[in-house]
Amino acid sequence: MSTAIPKVINEEAQPPDRTVEGPDNVGRAQPVKILIGIVGMLVVVWLLANLFLAFSYYPEWFGHKIVIGLLAIVGGVGGAAVLFFFLNMFVEGLPGRLSQGVIPYVFLLPGLFFVALMLIYPTFQTINYSFANSDSTAYVGLQNYRTIFGDPEFRQSIVNNILWLLIVPAVVVAFGVIVAVLTDKLSAGGEKLAKSLIFLPMAISAVSASAIWLLIYAYNNPGQEQIGLLNAIWTGLGGTPQVWLQIEAAKLNSILLMVILIWLQAGFAMVLLSSAIKGVPEDTLEAARIDGASELQIFWRVVIPQIKGTIITVFVTVFITVLKIFDVVYVTTNGSYGTNVIANLFFNKLFAASEAGQATAIVVVLLIAVIPLIWYQIRHFRNEEANR
Amino acid sequence: MSRRMMKDGRPLSPFSIVVMTLLTLLWSIPTIGLLVTSFRSRDDAAGSGWWSALFNPFASDWTTSNYSGVWTGQDFSSGFINSIVVAIPATIIPIMFAAFAAYAFTFMDFPFKEFFFLIIIAVMVVPIQVAFQPMLDILGPRGLGISGSYIGVWLLHTGFGMPLCIYVLRNYMSTLPLSVVESAKIDGATHFQTFWKLVAPMSIPAIAAFATLQFLWVWNDLLVAKLFLNSANTTVIVKLQQLLGTQGQGQELLTAGAFISIVVPMIVFVALQRYMVRGMTSGAVKG
Repeated sequence: MSTAIPKVINEEAQPPDRTVEGPDNVGRAQPVKILIGIVGMLVVVWLLANLFLAFSYYPEWFGHKIVIGLLAIVGGVGGAAVLFFFLNMFVEGLPGRLSQGVIPYVFLLPGLFFVALMLIYPTFQTINYSFANSDSTAYVGLQNYRTIFGDPEFRQSIVNNILWLLIVPAVVVAFGVIVAVLTDKLSAGGEKLAKSLIFLPMAISAVSASAIWLLIYAYNNPGQEQIGLLNAIWTGLGGTPQVWLQIEAAKLNSILLMVILIWLQAGFAMVLLSSAIKGVPEDTLEAARIDGASELQIFWRVVIPQIKGTIITVFVTVFITVLKIFDVVYVTTNGSYGTNVIANLFFNKLFAASEAGQATAIVVVLLIAVIPLIWYQIRHFRNEEANR
Repeated sequence: MSRRMMKDGRPLSPFSIVVMTLLTLLWSIPTIGLLVTSFRSRDDAAGSGWWSALFNPFASDWTTSNYSGVWTGQDFSSGFINSIVVAIPATIIPIMFAAFAAYAFTFMDFPFKEFFFLIIIAVMVVPIQVAFQPMLDILGPRGLGISGSYIGVWLLHTGFGMPLCIYVLRNYMSTLPLSVVESAKIDGATHFQTFWKLVAPMSIPAIAAFATLQFLWVWNDLLVAKLFLNSANTTVIVKLQQLLGTQGQGQELLTAGAFISIVVPMIVFVALQRYMVRGMTSGAVKG
């Protein structure tokens, strides 16, 4: 590109859709470019594969881990850039019409390759393995499904997962709306501070969050001073100290674990909902006020209907997170005392019990559970595109 | 009726101030408790609640020995380095591939374009658990034999982050003025040149948004690290989980370990928060 981009652009010259044709180099094939492109690609892929395999096979060559990390960044990013350079050269060498047809796929396929390798192929392979034995060497028909559905632990996990799904997304959204509305009424500085502090747990891992909350749920024998905040408050009110995470009555321990996730996710909901509330046009609120509506009526009748789309988006996002909830349960109770969930059961079948067949069958159950969500996301995307 | 006003002319809302002060305190207390406990001696932490140390700061036994204990004694130092070596490449590598794909989805027209994009949207929701057994086969002793080292984890996080990265960048690129790309074409620029010189630099805010989300996700991940890294290469989060699982360990070491695992994502989060919020509000959803 040798010339500068012209400042004045003729708006009417734009095509109606958002796609751009490449330069019309209706040329012949350039064999040299094709050859250099192909050889270049092969060499880059070969070098990168060897470099990355050497990280694994001969880590001692590189001296220190940090060196490996740095080389991985340089090799990964630089290698990708060089790969795209040769890919592009190859395509430019093709005859004009063919080149135009091929170039979108050249841009698309390397990224799509990772998606295919890491998510699409494994989905089918997982379904396949769910019909095989514990080390995936022979087919056993529907045996794994019979085993997991006959397992009371699995049925309890499903009940717990449903409970999580009923409680956590709804509480997170409700909390997010309340905080978003209330912070909107604070001064600019107060709003910023309150939002930052409630948003902060989003940076904390579920494992660290569990460590934080285990401190709150900590138990000391009666007579000793309670070091857990919850027991300190409880005994202060006259109760006897409780081992909170072992109380199965009314699913109290599961609910206490849900609190951890709600604490982590609330900031996410608040940020999205807050930006939606700020987008509600002021004149609709003014009109309602002139009509004599109370603030509560304005909230339910004017604000909520206008942020409904964001509420649903946040709800679905948290719902997907909760469906796969694992870390919190794994590090606190590992599913004991009736707190197990599907993803934790999966992990224990795969990691501790080495039952690949049953583990993959559990994932297939999860997969079936997300199908309606996939359908929803696609429909949501289509609506958004239509409104673009 | 006279209502007090704020500086910007809106009415002061005492109800909001009181409720938000309480909620903010409630949200901060757990982390404050962790921070305070991590600086208390073993006997102090086991004998009284952390709040009592806050009320009598001069009668308490403050120490940094928990940090030195967990850093060297529990080998959190190597976990910390491993976390950095895992997280930074796993954050940066997907961006290059995703940016090219997002460019194709935004500025090019080709057969099956919508089909490919719907695949991206669908796999954002697919639970990553589907990948574990098949990828253990490919990367483990039955396949390449590289399970346990960093490369497997980089690969997995690159694959898991790719759909979100393509989605975020494509959403952002479709808000760029088409006229800029059009005029580059009139000047005779190829798609490759347009991408490098115009679209990639203009997409930096969206790239920063994704990078923040992905870094937090990779750093805080337990599942992938636990399944695909051996004990010499494992991350600080796995170290913390192992410390949580061992019985009889002093609580004071645990709190210091937890705080060490939080510091880096917290700094990244505070520094890049505004990019992340922008990325999230433009529709970033991770499955």
